[in-house]
Order: sequence, then structure tokens, then C-alpha cells
Amino acid sequence: MKILVCISNVPDTTTKIRFTDNNSAFDTTGVQWIINPWDELALTRALELKEASGGSIASITVINVGPQTSEPTIRKALAIGADDAVRIDAEASDAYAVASNLAAYLKDNPFDIILCGIDSSDYNGSLVGGMLSEFLELPSVSSVSTLDIDGSDIKVNREIDGGSEVLSTTVPFVAVVQKGIALEPRIPSMRGIMMARKKPLTVVPGAGEGALTTFVSYDLPPAKAACKMVDAENVKELVDLLHNEAKVI
Amino acid sequence: MSVLVYTENWEGKFKKLSFELVSYAKQIAEQSGTSVTALSIGNVDEAELQKLGNYGADKVLNASDDRLKVLINKAYASVIAQAADKEGANVIIFANNFTGKALSPRVSVKLKAGIASGVNAVPSSFDPFTVSKKVFTGKAFANVVINTEKKILTLFQNSVDIKETAGSVSVEGFSPALDDADFATKVLDVNKVTGKVLLSDAEVVVSGGRGLKNAENWAPLEELATELGAGLACSRPVSDEGWRPHEEHVGQTGKVIAPNLYFALGISGAIQHLGGVSSSKCIVAVNTDKDAPIFEAADYGIVGDVQKILPELIVAIREMKAS
Repeated sequence: MKILVCISNVPDTTTKIRFTDNNSAFDTTGVQWIINPWDELALTRALELKEASGGSIASITVINVGPQTSEPTIRKALAIGADDAVRIDAEASDAYAVASNLAAYLKDNPFDIILCGIDSSDYNGSLVGGMLSEFLELPSVSSVSTLDIDGSDIKVNREIDGGSEVLSTTVPFVAVVQKGIALEPRIPSMRGIMMARKKPLTVVPGAGEGALTTFVSYDLPPAKAACKMVDAENVKELVDLLHNEAKVI
Repeated sequence: MSVLVYTENWEGKFKKLSFELVSYAKQIAEQSGTSVTALSIGNVDEAELQKLGNYGADKVLNASDDRLKVLINKAYASVIAQAADKEGANVIIFANNFTGKALSPRVSVKLKAGIASGVNAVPSSFDPFTVSKKVFTGKAFANVVINTEKKILTLFQNSVDIKETAGSVSVEGFSPALDDADFATKVLDVNKVTGKVLLSDAEVVVSGGRGLKNAENWAPLEELATELGAGLACSRPVSDEGWRPHEEHVGQTGKVIAPNLYFALGISGAIQHLGGVSSSKCIVAVNTDKDAPIFEAADYGIVGDVQKILPELIVAIREMKAS
């Protein structure tokens, strides 16, 4: 069995968000790039499953749609433990373009299980996994918080709006994973970093469709008024303010 | 032409978000001179279906096939795409929740409809079709142009007012074609949350952080939540430590919420946490550290020990309600 993890190259989650060119583009000056947090959890779970599989999971591949500048992030995924990597050399201009490029590659290079993070921390699309499963006409399980494999038996737990569900599915399928899928992301070891340099990273040209949407401009939220401080000895005043001034209770 | 809304129900009743979605669709339909069709999948009775008319739906399509009792992404997406074709919908609206995130991308590919997810307002222009959406987990907004004839929007919760309007609605049964191949995924068991306010629906959220010190100190938070009919949430360290289940984690990698009132109790307010809660209408922070970043995001703050202040807060709220 082969597992694929789709990874997105995103600004570090502590990045101060700024825009440039008259608020038409994200300002990448000084930005640290990371594996999208949910994708990193997906990779961690994939590695756990492979280690526990007794050899039935042969390999973990990571794939990214993006320019050469995303390669340090791909190398990090290899350092964490992925066996090999593919970069589809195309602009990640919107979720449709990314999913379409992934699908074009995967039609000829199939995997048994495809893992995608539920969201990307930059453009917050929450779309690529679902789009990819539709392009490939595969079953998908969304908002997955646990994934277990016992031979050909696949058990998935997903959170729904109002509870959770236990599902079974058959391979091949797409799992769109969220928090809970792995406890903490793995950190690359020094040995992992050394080995990552020698692991295969294949670059293929994009063969998918273009974007359907255009991000034309950006706004920052309006500045917030100063916090009104209430004395710790006067909790009643806080309740008065919430009731009479903010009118929220 | 029409605006199609995918509504959600829970145990036979529409979720509040469905009324927000229909209200939102109505605004778009009015501005573009078209009508609103709401799609309901599942077992919802006639009286409940009629309610959608009170928020602006002109027509309701009711798909109540037994095989659609539980959410199967592939099958549901097919039903929604068929409804969109039948209605000639050029705008399709979903909630930006787990369900909307599961279904909208599939429908997007089926219809080759460009999608803007997590939108927070009605389109600012219809030609070109331009709409604002949240990016960088609430730290910014992007204006997105959708270049296709059919458009999909997923609405960020609590973004528009729910408006009741007088109007009549026609309810039609809808029997889409279902393909066995779309049911490869099977739901074996459903664990419904009962007796708790859902975080996604909650108008008030009570959230605890590391300042609570340990899992045993959650009782007063639960008491405050009960008093206010609030949902319970927590910061990332709390869920990482296992003090609370990960479903309650709000923040960049957890849930992104936008209640009317958010209590950040013993939460310092790391940038990742603020991303998940900054859309709340009103934020109250209690923290021992007067320089904690949470006070920059908060509307009201108290510098003090949350364990001492919580019981006083509960008493003060009870007194306010009694008066």
C-alpha cells in the first residue's frame, strides 16, 4: 500500500500579515515558510501507520504544487520521514488549479490513500482535498480526526457539526484530516535532515487547469478600540457593562 | 437563474445557520433580481420546511431518500449538483463548517464553478462578481473575483443578520438519481453531542487556558457556561495536555469561531489563538498578566486570578438575571 500526503507551503503561523503593491499581494519579506500545520499532522499520522504496518505500507510520498521556492518545505517533509517527494511545477493560484494539477498527475500515478489537511493557514480555502477527490472520482472522508488501518479494514472517525461518526471505507480514498489525527507533529532529527538531502524529489510540469478565481486585493481588519479594564474587586461592574453597554448578555 | 442554498438540519430541525444562509441568499437574490431555492436533504417535516419561507426562500426542494440519512460526501455532492442544474442556479451557498467544507469543493468540480470559501459579506460587485473572504485565519480579508458563470460561496458563521420576512414558499419533493458507487463510504456509528451547546452554534463561548492550572479546575467554567447557555472551548495547550478534548480547541489549527460574546479565561492570547476568535463580536479577558496579548484583542478585561474571579462572575450574572 502507498500513501500520499499533499502538502502546502505556507507562512509560519506567527507571521505578521502585511500586504504590498497597493494591497494587491501578500508581502513575503522576511517570512519563514513551513509545512501547513494540518498537512504536517497528516504526514505524522502516515508515518505512524507505516511504522505499525509491518511492511504492508510500502512508502509515504509527499506532493506539492508550487514553484521551486517551496522545495525547502518539501525537504523538511522528507527530513521528518517521507520516503520521496514530487513537486508539480505550477503556480498554486487557487484551490481549483492546485487540485486540478494534483489530479492530472495522480491519474497516471495512483496511490491507495491520499491525505490532505482540512485547511491551509494562508488562504483558508478548505477545498483542495474535496476537489481532488471529485476530480479523481474517489470516495472521501472529511474532517477526519482518527484513521486506523488493519489489513484491508479501514476505520475512520470524523467530526461532524453536532457530534462524531465512525466510518469504514475502501481504498483508494481521500481523507481530509484535521486536529486530532496525530497528537503532535514530528520534528526532523539531525539524521533525518542528512538523509533528506539524498531522498528523491521529482519535479514534473503542471498538466492541470488554471484558476477559476482571482484574489484581487486585501484588507486588514480595522484597529480595535482599547480594552476597557475593570477592577478585579468589582466583577459586578463587568457584568453591568456586558448587559447594559455591550448588550451581549 | 436562481440562488440555491444547501441547508442543514439536525434531528429533523433546521440548524440556526440554515436561516442565516437563507437570509444571506435572499440579499444576493434581491440585488441580482432572482429567487432563492433552498435544498433540504434528510427527514424534515412539512411545517419545518415551511419555516425557510420566513427567511426569504421562494422554493424548497426536499430530498428525503432513506439512503441520504447520513452525510456521504460523494452522494450528497451529486444531489446538490443535480438540484443546481434543475434550478439553473448560478450562485450556490453553503455554510463554512465541516459539512460545507466536505461538499462545496466536490460541487465546485462537478459544475466547474469557482468558489470563495469563508465569505463574510454579500458580494461588493456582481460584475465582476467580487466578494470578501477571510484569509490568514481572520488576520486579513481578501477580495476574490469568481470568473466562472456559476459561483459557489461558503458563508463564515455569524456574518450576516438573520432577517425574517413575510413570504410564501412552495415545497417540492425532489428525487435525485442516486448511484450505488457513490456510497462506498459507510457510516457505522454516530455519536451525537447531547446536552451541550455546539461550539459552532453558540452565541456565547466560555473558553479556558493554561491559567486554569489543571483539568480538575473546569467545573466553574462549566457552571458559567450553563448559566449563560454557552459553548465550552479551550486554548491549544489545554487540548494538547489532554485536559479537554480536541473538539473544544479554538484557534488557528482548531476551530475558528465568531460568537457574540467570548470569554478568554486564563488565556494569554498567542497570535494563533487570536486568529481563531478575533471575529467574536465582544471579547472578555481575565488574566493575571496585565501585559498578556489577549488584552489587545479584548473589549473588556480584568487583571486577576481566574480561579478567584470565576465564582464572583457566576454570582454577579445570577444577580443580574434575577433583577
